[in-house]
Amino acid sequence: MLKTGGAIVLLAAAAALFGPALTPFDPVSQELALRLAAPTLSHPFGLDELGRDILARVLAGARISFLVGVTVVSISASLGTVLGAAAGYFGGLLDDAIGRAIDILLAFPGLLLAIALVAVLGPSLVNVLFALTIIGWVGYARLVRGQVLRVRELEYVQAARAMGARAPHILWRHIIPAAMPAVVVQATLGMGGAIVGEAALSFLGLGVQPPSPSWGTMLNGGRAHLLDAPHLTIFPGLAIAALVLGLNFLGDGLRDATDPRRNT
Amino acid sequence: MADEPLLRVEHLTTVFNLPGGTVPVVDDVSFEIRAGETLGLVGESGSGKSVTALSIMRLVQPPGRVAGGRLLFKGRDLSALDERAMREVRGADIALIFQEPMTALNPVFTIGDQIAETLLVHGRATRAEAAATAVELLDAVRIPDAASRVRDYPHQLSGGMRQRVLIAMALACRPALVIADEPTTALDVTIQAEILDLLRDMKARFHVSLLLITHDLGVIAETVDRVAVMYAGRIVETGPVRPVLRNPNHPYTRGLLASIPGGAPGQRLNAIEGSVPRLGALPSGCAFGPRCPDRFDACTTAPPPDYPTGVDHAAKCYLYNPHSAFRIPHSDASR
Repeated sequence: MLKTGGAIVLLAAAAALFGPALTPFDPVSQELALRLAAPTLSHPFGLDELGRDILARVLAGARISFLVGVTVVSISASLGTVLGAAAGYFGGLLDDAIGRAIDILLAFPGLLLAIALVAVLGPSLVNVLFALTIIGWVGYARLVRGQVLRVRELEYVQAARAMGARAPHILWRHIIPAAMPAVVVQATLGMGGAIVGEAALSFLGLGVQPPSPSWGTMLNGGRAHLLDAPHLTIFPGLAIAALVLGLNFLGDGLRDATDPRRNT
Repeated sequence: MADEPLLRVEHLTTVFNLPGGTVPVVDDVSFEIRAGETLGLVGESGSGKSVTALSIMRLVQPPGRVAGGRLLFKGRDLSALDERAMREVRGADIALIFQEPMTALNPVFTIGDQIAETLLVHGRATRAEAAATAVELLDAVRIPDAASRVRDYPHQLSGGMRQRVLIAMALACRPALVIADEPTTALDVTIQAEILDLLRDMKARFHVSLLLITHDLGVIAETVDRVAVMYAGRIVETGPVRPVLRNPNHPYTRGLLASIPGGAPGQRLNAIEGSVPRLGALPSGCAFGPRCPDRFDACTTAPPPDYPTGVDHAAKCYLYNPHSAFRIPHSDASR
């Protein structure tokens, strides 16, 4: 599972990095005479409603998906780790404040909150990143808080305290590293979530704006032609499914690999 | 005693705020540790030994808190220090050795790294100096081939070796006092003897005083100069080790000593009647009263104060009250 997932994700990352250089077509140039043309040898994924090469658009869309996934995950994981670690370690009022913020954000369906945020801020890639981060950090904070509560009672952490170490030193050197395996697993799974989130927002017209090729935007474009030109929907749909499946495999594989009970 | 003791604990009281009420876990404990001396703090599980150690380090975690008392270390009251000043005392002036060598080391750092950490935390050395000191310390705690073992991870060492590493960590900043909380409990008997020997050796070599916490009277007999016996959060008897073990004054100490196995084969073990009272539901008067074979009317009135029973030897027991009609001069140490 770890290897399958890793292979899919690596392949997708390579496609995002090098793909646009390998295809001769521009993802935004239109060939209106060939609108909705079915896949051929020169256009293996066919052409869309404005005569744009779908393969080129899927490859360019992979860049956006990775950009969203990596940015949202790295910011929300860092923010969540810091806030969760502080809440778990110091407890008291700080824990109450962060805990209530987490509860409030978790009470909303995540995507609904993202839609509301983007609706207020205006549709754009930056606002999508912002909205997905706002709903994303909560999961990491909750996870890290739980890990910290477990780790801070370990004897080596007590020993560090007895050694005269300051709280930031103890957190940084002894506590956060012990919470990291769980964060890495969560980040891998969370990246799939962020990619689906971006696709959903773009599908609803709230995310990446045309003509920029996002997988979600492409799905939206294909919606009107589901029956007469299904390839408009199939290929970006497959791309989302494959990448998210790969990330989920990778995350599950990492979880098993870092689980000491499974590694005897 | 002409010299000021290194550490004088006065009326230390540590309570835990539990849902059922406030429970004193360490109850009006006073003792002192003199320079170069080893004091053994002995008592059964739950008698408050470890909490006493944590209270001295001011590391008691909620729901526990130190409710009163003074901790005079080198004449300075630790309980009045702010957290920053207290951090400078921890590890540098007073070091703590934990019970479980298996879990007191961080599994993801080399032992050299962890010994060096103490020095770096206190800004005592540069990285390179600290690394060199780590090798010297490993050598001092008799770890063979220290120069290469310094790069080992904790899982590569046996329990005894890890306990040596913990001792090396404790000594890194040359503290004046080392508190060892059950340092041999988790080890094999043969290794226990080696570790105790090492502790004695280190004490002489690094000129430290030692507070040795244990429930093992054998360890006490071999290692310490003076003993303090704890029962239900109170120190019931203090004195030099030989008089306390040979001629115990407090009925609890007598019971403890009598319950050591080792009579004739097949002989029943002598156990102390009853069980330890629940903290928070201590009997009025002497906490040991209900289980005491020598109890009498005075025992239920109030917790007994210290009564001197010999040179540097005292017991919290009304039997030694000079004004009591029931006073029994104890000569029957053979009981």
